[in-house]
Parts: sequence; structure tokens; C-alpha cells
Amino acid sequence: MNYYLTEEQKIIKELSAKIADEKIAPQAAELDEAEKFPWDLIKVLAESDLFAVWVPEEYGGLGGGIFEQCLVVEELSRACAGVAVSYAASALGGFPILMFGTDKQKQKFMPDIASGSRLAAFALTESDAGSDAGNIRTTATHNKNCYVLNGTKQWITNGGEADIYTVIATLDPKKGPRGMAAFIVEKGTPGFSFGKTEKKMGIRSSSTRELIFKDCEIPAENLLDREGKGFLIAMRTLDKTRPGVAAQAVGIAQGALDKASEYAITRVQFGKRIGEFQAIEHMLADMATQIEAARALTYSVARMIDSGERHISKASAMAKLFASDVAMKVTCDAVQIFGGYGYMRDYPVEKMMRDAKITQIYEGTNQIQRSIIGSEVIKGALRRK
Amino acid sequence: MNLVVLVKQVPETTNIKINPETNTLIREGVSSIVNPFDMYALEQALKIQDEHGGKVTCISMGPPHAEAALREMLAVGANEAILLSDKAFAGSDTLATSYTLAKAIMKLDKFDLIICGKQAIDGDTAQVGPGVAEHLDIPHITYVNKVEEITNNQIRVHRMTEEGYDVILSSLPALITVVKEIGEPRMPSIKGTLRARKTKIPMWTAKDIEANERMLGLSGSPTQVIRIFSPEARSGGEIIQGESASEMADNLLTRLMASHII
Amino acid sequence: MSIKIIPTKCTGCEACINACPYGAIKIKGNIAHLLDNCTSCMACIRECPTGAIVLKDPGSYQEQPRTLIEQGTGVWIFVEQRHGIPAGVVYELLGRGQALAHDLGEELCAVLLGYNIEFIAGKLAKYGADKIYIVDDKALSDFEDEPYAQVIAGLVTEFKPSIFLFGATTIGRSLAPRIAAKLGTGLTADCTELSIDKKDRLLLQTRPAFGGNIMATIICPDKRPQMATVRPKVMKPAEHNQARTGKIIRIVQEIAPSRAKFLETYKTPGQQENIQEADIVVSGGRGIGEPGNFRLLQELAALLGGAVGASRAAVDAGWVPYANQVGQTGKTVRPKLYIACGISGAVQHLVGMSSSDVIVAINNDPNAPIFSVATYGIVGDVLEIVPALISKLRGSSS
Repeated sequence: MNYYLTEEQKIIKELSAKIADEKIAPQAAELDEAEKFPWDLIKVLAESDLFAVWVPEEYGGLGGGIFEQCLVVEELSRACAGVAVSYAASALGGFPILMFGTDKQKQKFMPDIASGSRLAAFALTESDAGSDAGNIRTTATHNKNCYVLNGTKQWITNGGEADIYTVIATLDPKKGPRGMAAFIVEKGTPGFSFGKTEKKMGIRSSSTRELIFKDCEIPAENLLDREGKGFLIAMRTLDKTRPGVAAQAVGIAQGALDKASEYAITRVQFGKRIGEFQAIEHMLADMATQIEAARALTYSVARMIDSGERHISKASAMAKLFASDVAMKVTCDAVQIFGGYGYMRDYPVEKMMRDAKITQIYEGTNQIQRSIIGSEVIKGALRRK
Repeated sequence: MNLVVLVKQVPETTNIKINPETNTLIREGVSSIVNPFDMYALEQALKIQDEHGGKVTCISMGPPHAEAALREMLAVGANEAILLSDKAFAGSDTLATSYTLAKAIMKLDKFDLIICGKQAIDGDTAQVGPGVAEHLDIPHITYVNKVEEITNNQIRVHRMTEEGYDVILSSLPALITVVKEIGEPRMPSIKGTLRARKTKIPMWTAKDIEANERMLGLSGSPTQVIRIFSPEARSGGEIIQGESASEMADNLLTRLMASHII
Repeated sequence: MSIKIIPTKCTGCEACINACPYGAIKIKGNIAHLLDNCTSCMACIRECPTGAIVLKDPGSYQEQPRTLIEQGTGVWIFVEQRHGIPAGVVYELLGRGQALAHDLGEELCAVLLGYNIEFIAGKLAKYGADKIYIVDDKALSDFEDEPYAQVIAGLVTEFKPSIFLFGATTIGRSLAPRIAAKLGTGLTADCTELSIDKKDRLLLQTRPAFGGNIMATIICPDKRPQMATVRPKVMKPAEHNQARTGKIIRIVQEIAPSRAKFLETYKTPGQQENIQEADIVVSGGRGIGEPGNFRLLQELAALLGGAVGASRAAVDAGWVPYANQVGQTGKTVRPKLYIACGISGAVQHLVGMSSSDVIVAINNDPNAPIFSVATYGIVGDVLEIVPALISKLRGSSS
């Protein structure tokens, strides 16, 4: 499909693909096995300006948007979703600052995020606040010129590796979502430490870690927007970044299809290349079609967001839901086409299948996405009535 | 420090597969790329630039579309590029090529170090670098795997040999050809690529470099190809059978010993 | 040299378009046309089913003016030596040079440069050199391109050989092009075949091009000497004849000091053998699994008296030094026996080893491309087969 990319978008896509093929793919299996954070690759991405694509030019970025970010994530995910999520999570941490920060806050943090010299991360989830994000228990107490954070965040992507964290905490648990606020917390702040590093099923080169706040004093100027806006900031951020998860899913699926189709033309059974059997051919056809549909949806949602559309929750959820389900299905089929080899770690598709699973879970499970979409559909019907 | 990197555009060979039936390379859809060794040459130039500043100029001789190779070098970080393109250059062998490149380098204001890849992957001759050095009357060192030190007037390098490494100290200006061990080439950047698209690449002809026409292209090439043919195809091999690793090992060694290979 | 298309023979079948690595052929009006970006690589010629693509004026080189030619006589070979020990390729140059000299009815001469190296001369004579030119000078004690090139160019200008051969070694491939540029003569790299066209008394220099996919025969009709570097381990070495003697000619030249000075030589730990000189190479790839398993290959190589090589994948993973890499971006080897262990056989690897005499491939993937070039293949786990080979070889030697 021709998506009529601009010259600059083509450059972004081609460069991301080059890095994915030449730098990331050769290391993907090893990084997965070793569960090692890919700092050398992050450095390559940074030097190639990929962290800058979605950041406005005034903060050292290239002035692109969600769509450009998606192009990068998709290409990187073809080679390794673990590396791709480490890249994407920095945008997830940076977007709240860009969207809700003061000019001073943006001047202070965005250039480093754009250059990739410092990674960012987004901290919302807690042990008892997953899908129910309104239930967070990390507290922030306003104390003269500072806020004091206490509590533990769980499963934070880029945890421990990032320097800049956007943390959602509650000022008043009784107020629920309306009592929350978002803060910028820098690594090295006294009282801010890191806990357990999770052992994961997939995206194993990425870091998923606990953040522990113990009487952690942060300057009042690090509050994003106003008190009480925390939940809204989190939801707005996720609305914007969900196409990124969709792009990750599209990339993983494309990577799996590439491997499966390549295998189908080389593997010989019963004296024929297995791709000549209709059973395999039709599987490949379905995989390709589903991927293209997911890509088309993802791109159009990303472009819609970049055009300034405000009501994006439903479309954004649809892209994430559809693409991640496609990724799970396609990677599963890719393993099937590889047969016994596909189940072995010597071949890349089992990793893709493990990696695909998380796209159905994080940044809102697909059940939550369905709830968002469903409630919008119902709201629409009620409005029409 | 004024650094010159010599670049060749070559056919992309990494995607080439062997046709199992004919045992020949399938060349369909092969595109042109920068000779991979030249990327190492650029990397070495940029490393020196990182440390000592200065300018990196890339020069390529080839048809007009070789400009794409130079744009890639600019995207990775080269400051300037010059394309040598003229019908008079067509059909150059390594002698004529090195003469042409040397004449172009003489037109530059100043150069301290010329860096080439150890060879181009299409011709594999490795002859152009030393040839350029001779035409310019500067010293050359081939197969450099490490630049240990460079100052305003000398360079200390390690050169890979069959048996180990030589350490060589040369005055500048000089020419070196580098091997892969010099370090992974850096990737282009988006800003670099955008800049490269806007950079003007001058195209120099035989007249611009004040070359002697008799030493260019076909007339300046003492060697001529008179015949090409396919190498003898390897005959199909035998898959050694056996119930166990030990049996297969036995069967293999029996064959190797029977034919006095071991 | 360039290419032309004979319109009357061209059927517009497009076979050449697929063959062209540069996209330099277009079909216009049902006939192939060459575009400006044709580099005369000749990949199209052999693909053309009707013989419509030919070299422009093949064979007509006789008609070209030969005013520049300075006809010389004598087949010369360069004696590459380190610390008084000639490189293996020197004997191969003597072997081939002898045959060429015989065909031309000329003398075979060896050119020996160094310091305190005259003792080698007798040996060269016994291996077939009729004359040995010796330049023995402290300034030549270590190989340096500039003084060596200067001295040799001086000898060539004085004695005018017709042919001059070098080994295609690190030294040969560095030195020969410098000399050729100094003399303004032709040089063909890395030849695998050399013979004499008896009619024209020209040296026919054959070398692989395009990663060994095409062989090209090259001549140097108008300039002398006709220079070539010769790939080591391809030509048969000369035979030793105790009775033979040669004439020693000592030359004294004033030698300008080199601007690039040799300081010292060293080896890296773990770098043992020269894989290009070894008769047997045992190579490992990513399929070896982990760096420690290379010890098995070292053991096998030691039992066979061979060297250890590696694929790019194993080198990039940091398991083996780059000096041991076989393939397009590494070294080209041509041993009597090449054992590829856990190497899938990417084309870049095949280019570096496919001209080995016997190739053994051990890989668990029966579809691995390495089997297409293997003389003997074993489909199985390298980590089982190699230890089995080691224990068998141990058993047979004790």
C-alpha cells in the first residue's frame, strides 16, 4: 500500500528500517536471552535523531507528530519489540510534559528527551491500580515549596534506565480521579529508588521495574498543570500514545510475516516448497491482509490526532485493540508455519509471539479498549435518540 | 585536519542468493550501494574529526547517479562531496581511476589524510588506494585496522598482515586503506539526511581536474578484459549418512582418508 | 574495454536486464540499449541467450598503436620475505613463472630485497630462478612500500622485464599497485590463472570478479611489464632441484628514506595461525552456540594440523578475532580441506571459501545454503559431530 508519505516521513521510515535491519535484528535474540537493556542501540537511535521526530523544533525536535513516531516504532518493532518499547516509552514519559508542561518545564526537559541524551518514562500503574487507574495509592503531600511523594509504582517501562519520570500520584485518595496530580521526577532525587526488575514473557530487552518513593521531596515547580489534573493528564496521554502501541503491534506482525513468508519459500516438504501448499498460502494471505488493515487504521488515527482532532479516545482505542489482536494472531500463525522450528528459540518467531502478547495488555488492556469504544458507541446512540 | 574519503558506488550484493539449480548468483532487483568498506573509511575520518576537528570531503568517480552514494556519506556526517563524472572517465581500469582521483585531490585546497576502504566489493582489486598515493607522491599504508595517534604532521597506525599486526609511523599527508576492524560505521541521522538532500554536490569533469585525456578512461587503461566465462560449477555434494554422530564422523573420516585429504 | 549490443541479434528478451547489477540496460523498441551508467562489468554478456551482447572490438587490440610499448624480456617474480623466510606464495610464483618463461623462451628472474638476505638466493635458484636480482641494504630490512617500490621500479626501468608477478598478499597487494602506478603500466589483481597467448606473446591473466561468479581474462597489450598479483595457494609450487644454479646479480641503489616507517610487529592473543596459509581450515559460525565451543574447533584443527576460521556472525558476536574471519569482508581462503561448522553459508561467506578443494559442511539445518557448495555434508548437531570427529581422530593417532 502506498500511504503517500512526505519526503521527510520517507527518510524517517527508511532510516528506522535501516537501523532495525542492520543494528537491531542481529542482536534481537541475544538481547532477549540476556534480558539486557539495549543501551548501545538506544545510543544509535539517539544519534540518528529518532527521539526527536515528535518533538517540536523549538525544543530541539524535528516537528513531527504521532504519525512520525508510529513510523519509527513500527520499523523498530519488526526487528525487536523490546528495543522499540524502550524507545516508545520515552515518548510516553515525554508527552505529558509537552502537552501540559509550562514553557519553562518544556525548555528544561524536552531538548534532552529529543536528543535522546536522557530517557523518559511514564509511571501510573500500581499493584492495585492497573485497569482501575483511579485507585492509585502513591500519595503526594503539598509541603511549602515542594511535594512529598510516598508509595510504589509497578511495572514501569524504562524504570531505572530513564532519567525523567512523569509520575501520577494522589493528593487525596478520597477524591478518586479528581484528587490526582502529575509530577516530573528526576532520577537521583533523594527518596526515589528502584525496586524489583521484572522477569517477563516477552519484550525482555526492555526494563520493567518498580519505582519506590519514600518521603521523596520534589520541587513544586515540577507539578504538571494543576492539582487535580493528574488523572486527566494520564488519560489524555494514553489517548495520544495508543497508536504507538498499535504501530508496535503492526511492526511485530510484519516482522513475523516476513519471516514466515521467507520460510515458506525455502522449506521443502513432500518435495515442494511449503508456500506452494494452499494451506500455507491462505494463512499468509490472511496475515498480510490483517496487517495491512491494522496499519491503515493505525496510520489514519495517527494522522487524525496530528491534525488536531480533539475527540480521539475511541479511534485511538480501536487502533490499539485491532492492531494488537492482529499481532497476536499473526505471530501465532507464523509459529505454526514454521512448525517445530517455530517453537524453537533458534528461530525468531517464537520471540515475536511472546512479544506480541504484551500489546494486548499494556497501555490499557484490550478489554479496557473495548469498554472505551463500547461506551462511545452507546453515547452516540443515546445522542441520536 | 583536512580529510578526504574516496567512495565507490557498487552493486548491492547482500541480498544476492545462489540459484540452487544453476549455482549462480541471482541478481534480480539488485540496487546500488556505497561500497561497505568505504563506510569504514568514513567512520575513521569522522572519528579523527570528532577529536581534531576539520573537514571531511568525500570524492567519488562514477556515473551521475553515483551522487546517491555521496549523499549517503553526507547524511552520515561528511561535510562536502565531489562527484567526478565524465564520459571520458568511462572504462577506467585501476590505473586510470587512481590517476583521475589523484588529479581531483590535487584540486583541493589542502589535504592531510586520504582514507579509502581496503577494496571495493565488486572488483576486489585493492589497487586504487596505493595508486592514488603514488600519483600524489605521498606515503600509503594498506589494511589499517587502528589509527593509534594522529598529529598535525604524522600518523601512527596498525596494519593487519597475514601473521599479525605491524605498527607504522608515517608523515602527513598520507593515504591509508582501512579494514572492518577500524570500528562499526555510525548510522546516518535524520537531520544529516535532510541536510545532505540540500547540499550541492559539484560535478567535476576531466577539464575541471585538468587531467591529461590520454591518461583517462579507456585510453588511460593499460589493461583490457578480453574474455569472461563462468567458473566451473561445484558438483553436488554427498550427504553423509549415519545413525549416530559417531557413525557419521566415521563415514566422513573414511572418505577424507580414502582421498588422502587427511 | 566496453560493451556493445548487436541490434540484429537482440530479441528483446530482457535476460540482460535481470543480469545487470547497475540497472544500466533498457529495452527500447524491442531492443536492449545500454545506458550511461553501464560500467562494463559484463554481467549481461553471459546471460544473453543470443550472443547479442559483446565486448566492443574483442581481440582487436593488435591493431591499436603500440608506440608506448617498451618490449622487454624476462619473467620476474617478487620474493616476499620476512626475516629471511620467503612467503609460501613465492614458490608458487616460481612454479608458474617457470612455465610462463618456458612458453616465451625467456628467463625466470627473482627479485629479492632485504637486508642480509643473500643466503636465500641459492634456494631460489634451486626452485627454478635463472637469475636473482638482489638489493641488500639496511634501508630494506623491514618491508616499507616506498623504498621497495622505488628500488623495484628502478630495476624494472633498467632491465625491462616483460612480466612481473607478485603474491596477492598484504605486502604484494600494497606494493604492486604503487609500482604499477609509478611505471604507468597495467596490473591485474588476485589472478588465479596465468598463461601465455603464444601468438601475441601476451600474458593472459584470469581472475574471479563479482565475488567469484564471473571469471575474467585480462591482458595488458601496450605497456610493460605486464604485472599481476597472484592469489596464494592456487598455483602449484615449483619443484626443488638440488642441481640447479642461478646467476646472482647484486644491485646497489641509492634509497630515499621511507616516509612511512615500520616500527614493530605483534600478534594479538588468540591469534595463532595464518588462516590463508593453512592447508586445512576448521571454521565456526553462529551455530556453534557460544564462544567457549570454539575450543572444540581449535582441538579439531590442531588434530588435523589446520587453522581456525570463523563466519562474520561469529566474529561480530565477539567470539573470534576479526583476523580469523572468512568471507567477503574478511579473508579469502583456499585450503585443501575446509570444514564449516554451524555456518549457514550466506553468500558473503561462500565467496571467501568456495574455491577450497574439499568442503565439509556440518549444520543442523538441511536447507542451509552451505550444503550447496559442500563436497560432504553432515546434517546434525555440530556439538555432537565435532566431538565425535575429535575422538575418532584421537583414536586413530594413538
